[in-house]
Amino acid sequence: MKKNWTKFVVVALSCMMAFMLAACGGGGSSDAGEAGPVLLGNTGPLTGPAAIYGNAVKNGGQLAVDEINAANPDGIQLAWQAEDDEADGEKAVNAYNKLMDDGMKVFIGSTTSGSCVAASEKAFEDRVFELTPSASQVAVTEGKDNVFQLCFSDPNQGVAAADWVVANMADAKVGVIYNNASDYSAGIFDKFKAEYEASGKQLVAVEAFSDDANTDFQAQINAMKNAGADFVFLPIYYTPASNILIQADKIGYAPTFFGVDGMDGILTLEGFDTKLAEGVMLLTPFIATAEDEATQNFVAAYKEAYGEEPNQFAADAYDCVYAVYGAMNAAGLDASASHEEICEALIAQFAGDYVASGVTGAEMEWNEAGEVNKTPNAMVIENGVYVPVQ
Amino acid sequence: MAERILKNISSRGLKNAVKGNEYRKEASISYGILIGGYILFQILTAAGLIGHNLQGQFVPICVYISLAVSLNLVVGISGELSLGHAGFMAVGAFSGILMSRILGQSMSFEPAIIIISMLFGALIASIAGFIIGIPILGLRGDYLAIVTLAFGEIIRNFMNVLYFGFDGNGRLRFAFNHTIDGVENNDRIITGAIGATGTKTMATFTWGLILCLFTVFIVLNLKNSKQGRAIMSIRDNRIAGESIGLDVRKYKLMAFVVSAALAGMAGCLFGLNYSTLVPIKFNFNTSVLILVFVVLGGVGNIWGGIIAAALLTVLPETFRQFADYRMLTYAIVLILVMICTYNPAIKSRLSGFWAKVNPFKNKNKSGGKGKGKRKKSRKEAV
Amino acid sequence: MNLLTNIISGLSLGSVYAIIALGYTMVYGISKMLNFAHGDVIMIGGYMSFVMTMYMGLNGWLALLVAMAICTVLGITIERLAYRPLRGTGSLAVLITAIGVSYFLQNIALLIWGANPKMFTSLFKGMKPIHAAGGQLTITMESVFTILANIVIMILLTLFVNKTKAGKAMRAVSEDNGAAQLMGINVNQSISLTFAIGSGLAAVAGVLMLSAYPVLMPTTGAMPGIKAFTAAVFGGIGSIPGAMIGGLILGIIEIFSRAYISTELSDAIVFACLIIVLLVKPTGLLGKKISEKV
Repeated sequence: MKKNWTKFVVVALSCMMAFMLAACGGGGSSDAGEAGPVLLGNTGPLTGPAAIYGNAVKNGGQLAVDEINAANPDGIQLAWQAEDDEADGEKAVNAYNKLMDDGMKVFIGSTTSGSCVAASEKAFEDRVFELTPSASQVAVTEGKDNVFQLCFSDPNQGVAAADWVVANMADAKVGVIYNNASDYSAGIFDKFKAEYEASGKQLVAVEAFSDDANTDFQAQINAMKNAGADFVFLPIYYTPASNILIQADKIGYAPTFFGVDGMDGILTLEGFDTKLAEGVMLLTPFIATAEDEATQNFVAAYKEAYGEEPNQFAADAYDCVYAVYGAMNAAGLDASASHEEICEALIAQFAGDYVASGVTGAEMEWNEAGEVNKTPNAMVIENGVYVPVQ
Repeated sequence: MAERILKNISSRGLKNAVKGNEYRKEASISYGILIGGYILFQILTAAGLIGHNLQGQFVPICVYISLAVSLNLVVGISGELSLGHAGFMAVGAFSGILMSRILGQSMSFEPAIIIISMLFGALIASIAGFIIGIPILGLRGDYLAIVTLAFGEIIRNFMNVLYFGFDGNGRLRFAFNHTIDGVENNDRIITGAIGATGTKTMATFTWGLILCLFTVFIVLNLKNSKQGRAIMSIRDNRIAGESIGLDVRKYKLMAFVVSAALAGMAGCLFGLNYSTLVPIKFNFNTSVLILVFVVLGGVGNIWGGIIAAALLTVLPETFRQFADYRMLTYAIVLILVMICTYNPAIKSRLSGFWAKVNPFKNKNKSGGKGKGKRKKSRKEAV
Repeated sequence: MNLLTNIISGLSLGSVYAIIALGYTMVYGISKMLNFAHGDVIMIGGYMSFVMTMYMGLNGWLALLVAMAICTVLGITIERLAYRPLRGTGSLAVLITAIGVSYFLQNIALLIWGANPKMFTSLFKGMKPIHAAGGQLTITMESVFTILANIVIMILLTLFVNKTKAGKAMRAVSEDNGAAQLMGINVNQSISLTFAIGSGLAAVAGVLMLSAYPVLMPTTGAMPGIKAFTAAVFGGIGSIPGAMIGGLILGIIEIFSRAYISTELSDAIVFACLIIVLLVKPTGLLGKKISEKV
């Protein structure tokens, strides 16, 4: 009886194995000579705690692809595929490989930095052009000629924030609360601290938290309060930031909070009392309430398609698709080009004089290291909307 | 009482001597699966039948197999529930990566770098296992489980504040702070929560196979040595073991340390397979994942664990076609598989069905299986 | 004053852990299983309450009752469908199934409510915090109510377990399943009741926790779940007063290590304290001594 059972399990497992081989293998279709739509692939966390970012990128990219295909029926047609990587390097490589099996021609980066570093290594080996919407770590592009970032790199953002504070908030007593379990946050903080202290000033308090303990911020807020900080830099995403705002409000602590691009989205958080965000400043390339036509069209289309306000990640992905599409046209590529051909042509474009415009920057240019050059705007929240800092 | 137990142990010894073929059978199945699988997949790869996706998973599959087998040493053979295996994996991974970077400065012969790094990872992980093992092995059952969980989390938390880098002279330095004295920020190798970046990816399928074979070799031999039988007799009846003078702690510690060392080795190969590695990878979920392999493969059953590890690693990838429902499907499959393999009523019905359609009918009559499970149930009864 | 502030936030956080830990400890006591899906029931409770207040316009307290009812049903259903088929097959199989259930709940929540976090409206919104010591000490209403709720729940539960027939039956089953059955106790019913109470309390814990720390996501319950599990073991798993003491101590250690030692290593310190306690008292602070039968 027992024996029979074991055998059954073995055979059942073998059948499953065979099924999986069939499901897994068989791919490997090379992209030579096919003239279907050009497949743009993305990996990002569609499940798990970081799912909000992955899904935003997925939606933003899809929107851009749909728009391009509808507007240029005779031009290069695009296809968009986003795979789940759970913000995990291992899964990102799996997801990337799955995209390769499906014939990906251009890789619109991994959404989060950690997984992007792992996946871009593969993209570098396979010679697939990569433009990441939001993986901001330096290691993403370092040493890889075919990998470019559309977002600011973390150090650049940290430096920009520090310069801005030194120039505009000379008398402030600056404190920082950052997420030391996030490469994004720790990366910005690193450079911010170095740059800020290089100007001869000292931070009055520095507190960290980790993703495991991102609910209770009493200790950090009390430390800020006791150190007398009247200007608190939050290089973190808007979810923990909103938590900090609420808890600071509860104990009656009201310094000026200053964020970076991750802070965008705080006004559209469902259930969040936006009064608490009054006076919060942030340095960001994308503002959903901006007045220009491109942004307004994008926001309207996104709301129509997905029923929510786009955040910065969605905007980055949207710009990525347009930037790649523009560069492909500028390089005179057609849909039958292989991913290697596209890769070399796009490297020449991006490392060269190619300029792209989008909702996250009017004139974006790239250097050979893969970093983007665009201007962040300092904004402040007044009456529930962003207005430029005077 | 003691008499009965003595008889029990010696009779098991006898059984092992008489039926040494049981060991041989388990060994040949395990090695067979590994080597057979390796050859099969190499051929399929060469023939171009396997896509990037599956090819990219060869190394992690091997790593997870090795982890499952090594965890089986604690859960199946030693009979203790461990929820912190990923902690040892983390220790091995990060120390191995460090070693590979140090060696990489002066060496370019990759096999030597991999072997030394893996051994170093195993060494550091075994030290961690030893330090953790000494105090906790006096604990029982679920209390031991929670302490291993706690240690796993402590190791990971600690990694979040650990920074390593080379200074100007190529010497390794470390700090518990963002800035390491004498080290340029760009020369840091391991930067706390950001983890290790810039690792040279050296791991290959062949190294994965070597790792698996080595792990299975160690575990099977330990299981069938005098020490291994002592460990299992303690698992089956601790008091009995003590009463005949077995040093319970020593044997338990031995199993624990060996398991940690093997996990460290596997972790190292995992680390060398990706250009970046973050500490959060080694959280509670990963520990649990490895435990799932062990339980699904049959506690104490080495080759069952091998198959389960391979299948469950590939499974979420095959569910990609379900898009948004991928992880939900995975959860449902996990629950259903557990109920189907462990629920007595369903099990016997399936067995009955199987008996009717069994193609191996009337062969191998003496083959006793499900060994681990049977012992487990005996333990519950005590 | 700072010290007092920290003690109060420690007690408040600890009370949340204690209420969650009750669910763990009762379930462990009666069915000897580690129910790792318990943390996710908290999350479901939070979402239910959120949906009731935001979309259905219910009053916060009414929403809490609805969420409790739904979580109670959910708890019973989980036990019936996923755990009961595996009863008596050893704790490992159930443990893995519980983890499967946990993944299931998280991903169902992701599908239904999406990945975007929701900001939970505090149950005590609009109530003024208490200012003492000339404004230096601020006590939020969330803290006050959480600590009070913990005490009330603990008293009611102790009374229930000791005085009522159903409670006594639960105790009997957790002492000796087989003997209880022979005495004519309906074991299935007792276990269902335990899951019902534990899950209902999880909803309360979820609402209290989210009132103080308002970010609601599909993974919201995971970490508090593990911490509360630690608290349950700390106090001696299976013991109701143990869960309370374990939870409170854990909360205070966590807040203190964050305030005075290191914000990054606070979890490591919590777990280290757990290990030290278990080394001194291998079955937790109030745990029963395991008697060995030969």
